[in-house]
Amino acid sequence: MNYKNDFPMLEKDIVYFDNGATTLKPKCVIDAICDYYTNYTSNAHRGDYKLSVKASNEYENVREKVKDLINAKNKDEIVFTSGSTESLNLVINGYFKNHLNKGDEVLITKSEHASNILPWYELENEIGIKVKYIPLTENHTVTIENLKMVVTDKTKVISIAHVTNVIGDVRPIKEIISYAHEKGILVVIDGAQSVGHTKVDVTSLDIDFLAFSAHKMLGPTGVGVLYGKYELLDEVKPLKYGGGMNIAFTSPKEIEYKDLPFRLEAGTQNIAGVIGFGKAIDYINKVGIDNIEETCDELKEYIVKKLKTLKNVKVYNENVEGSTIAFNINGIFAQDTAIYLDKYNICVRSGSHCAKKLEDELGIKNTCRISIYFYNTKEDADKLIEILDNDKILEESLGV
Amino acid sequence: MESNFKRTLILENYEKPFHRGLLKDSTYLRENKNNSSCIDNFDIELKIEDGIIKDIRFDGEACAIATSSMSISISKLIGKSKEEALNIIENYEKMINEEEYDEDLLEELTAYEDIYKQPARKKCATLGILGIKDLINKSK
Repeated sequence: MNYKNDFPMLEKDIVYFDNGATTLKPKCVIDAICDYYTNYTSNAHRGDYKLSVKASNEYENVREKVKDLINAKNKDEIVFTSGSTESLNLVINGYFKNHLNKGDEVLITKSEHASNILPWYELENEIGIKVKYIPLTENHTVTIENLKMVVTDKTKVISIAHVTNVIGDVRPIKEIISYAHEKGILVVIDGAQSVGHTKVDVTSLDIDFLAFSAHKMLGPTGVGVLYGKYELLDEVKPLKYGGGMNIAFTSPKEIEYKDLPFRLEAGTQNIAGVIGFGKAIDYINKVGIDNIEETCDELKEYIVKKLKTLKNVKVYNENVEGSTIAFNINGIFAQDTAIYLDKYNICVRSGSHCAKKLEDELGIKNTCRISIYFYNTKEDADKLIEILDNDKILEESLGV
Repeated sequence: MESNFKRTLILENYEKPFHRGLLKDSTYLRENKNNSSCIDNFDIELKIEDGIIKDIRFDGEACAIATSSMSISISKLIGKSKEEALNIIENYEKMINEEEYDEDLLEELTAYEDIYKQPARKKCATLGILGIKDLINKSK
């Protein structure tokens, strides 16, 4: 199927392979945001007039859509945030800071995004927990066996990405969560690269906390979700206090806060963004999550196969699942390759991709990253390969 | 400067940069310079005696433009007095920022005269030389 007509950015004659950073937005998402600002701008949960009721309803409908998308039991388990980063910070500082003690251990990996490492490092500095790493296999993946090697009596939480953003490997989270729960360990899943790309069912996976971003799944920037099991989420202490989250207050001793999810959504929310996110979920449901995953996997396989026919290309992650390809051209700095591709309007990312601990594992700091989404086509792939099949990439990247 | 010549000069200095590798000698001043918006990262060492730049060394990972301009800047600035060096650097910055500059003073550094056409690369072309400038100023 050709989706290109639905995405205004794809009319610009670009090949967009930086979907791990952010995805493009279909017109229905852009229109929904525009419609809110044009036709019913008003605050949600505040007014007694029709426009505000409509804004509130549209906003709350999206909570229902998110609940269905991830198969949560209760829409009150869905908290809107500004993105995965805020979601992770909220759960780490709002929940774990108050539930962990000095010496308790958290397990992460070296291929986590900065937003799933730095808040834990800060918590180690602040309250003396210990951040430890699950060793990665030689393909840079996580296995249940490797996890078991580092779990101790002090392990209280495992916090990992479902799909990582550099290597793109899919972690066996069902097995991990089941093992963790046997040991009384809670599991935080960073779903930024997985929700909207593969099926994530929080009930069947038994996820304790899940963080994800709208903008990596066709939605606008500035919107994200923290899902938590009700009884856990109910113990998250707000990090923001203000309007919209309180019922009454007269003195520091007499404050009454709202129930979930509103208690964790202080201040006027990103109403337009959330409404746009709702349309993104509709679009993803229309395309079908299985179809999305299959399309991305097929295209990844196609690109890797073609890349390997080029001399001088090193692919770092061909043996892992997922729709991301990390590569370098021998002798050419990743940034020079990316700048060269940009001359042909091919967008790829170069760098450490916010996963700065990963260099310990890969033995290389910087890579070029191709990250695929379902609107990418074989024509995109062929153009990429044709442009990379050139002995003068470095010279042409200089632009002099 | 002719395009082919520029490219050759840049590639030679990228592939075999001048004075790569740190000495970690206590008589040298040292500084790290990195571009937060991209991935260029250099450690730079500078030795000044009696107001004359005696030596400059560097190490790190960076793109072709950053590495080559670091290399050419080093060969250009060794042996110059602090004042001469700062004057060259000032003229180089003017060139990068499309202001009037003294071409004769820059010689090989004019290989980067067209970098302004790629705004994202301006930082690459100035990373190393601005590190040297910081170190010269520190030595005052």
